Amino acid sequence: MRYDNLLDSVGGTPLVGLPRLSPGPEVRLWAKLEDRNPTGSIKDRIAAYMVAAAEKDGVLRPGSTILEPTSGNTGISLAMVAKLRGYRLICVLPENTSAERRTLLEAFGADIVSSPAAGGSNEAVRMAKRLAAEHPDWAMLYQYGNAANARAHYETTGPELLADLPTITHFVAGLGTSGTLMGTGRFLREQVPGVQVVAAEPRYGELVYGLRNLSEGFVPELYDELVLTSRFSVGSVDALRRTRELLAAEGMFAGISSGCVLHAALGIAAKAQAAGTPADIALVIADAGWKYLSTGAYGGTLEEAEARLEGQLWA
Amino acid sequence: MAIEVRIPTILRSYTGGAKSVEGSGSTLDELIADLDGRYDGLRERLVDDVGLRRFINVYLNDEDVRFIGGLAAPVSDGDTVTVLPAVAGGAR
Repeated sequence: MRYDNLLDSVGGTPLVGLPRLSPGPEVRLWAKLEDRNPTGSIKDRIAAYMVAAAEKDGVLRPGSTILEPTSGNTGISLAMVAKLRGYRLICVLPENTSAERRTLLEAFGADIVSSPAAGGSNEAVRMAKRLAAEHPDWAMLYQYGNAANARAHYETTGPELLADLPTITHFVAGLGTSGTLMGTGRFLREQVPGVQVVAAEPRYGELVYGLRNLSEGFVPELYDELVLTSRFSVGSVDALRRTRELLAAEGMFAGISSGCVLHAALGIAAKAQAAGTPADIALVIADAGWKYLSTGAYGGTLEEAEARLEGQLWA
Repeated sequence: MAIEVRIPTILRSYTGGAKSVEGSGSTLDELIADLDGRYDGLRERLVDDVGLRRFINVYLNDEDVRFIGGLAAPVSDGDTVTVLPAVAGGAR
């Protein structure tokens, strides 16, 4: 396939069956391989859309500075788009994110501001909002509340899935900004009667939640409970185990958040199989494993890997 | 057998520091009321006039209770209930 430039090549990712992990011929799992995007994650879709929308609205002009709270993939995608479109990018990054992500951001020419590990992504969001208030000339695209995030999936991910899998019964994706689930979920619900939209939410170790004040919790502005039909919380050990199973059984080297999504998808598949209900379950592989090698997720025993992940934002 | 309820760090001042406590009831609402009898004030931190507080997530065997009936969700012995503060996503 030929494209005029890298941005034009975003999306159009393959949907690949998981014959060994599927419970039987009537209940099948299908993986949407978003690591095949230019910077290796699903976030290229929303970076391209959010920047295009900000250009259209006049928020971004030649030479503008973009500010974004991100623990990784969105930052890397934005860094690529900013480089190609001529903007400076500043990322607010929790200090407990993997070394690879930092190195990649720096390689793309982004500037990094670190936020405290204890506050996780919530604290990165707070710090970015504070910086944005101090620098009114910087443009914060704010993926958690930017309608172009969900629209990217409504207009691209959703239609691609339906074209490749007209018999889709379930869509399973990771819950972060909720953009993937809201956009794809809305599109599928409009097109496919009875489709199930399932969120898989990472459950981190205690350190990540530890100092959280309950009145200062965080729900993304994009999140609308009515789009989902169920939501599962997946702990580190299950996510790690499924990430390794995906590699061992199907040869797919995915990031840890994909293990989280696969865990929820396999639960649904087992229920459908037990009930004798045919199902075509599409799940999102948001990125590959390269950026997580230094977390130790892929080596040693599961228990060792889980201990190494304690306190890290692995999704 | 009872229902195991996992308590987040921020609420352990109510449970004498315990990470997990046990309770009983046939719905989540009854379970929380049962716990509140022993851990005074806990209910108030989880529930308001409308239902579960906005920044509280409660999972029954890893499934968000908001999608299976909320406070009316049926619970039974052997279930695990996990209480967590709402947080922003990870690698986004």
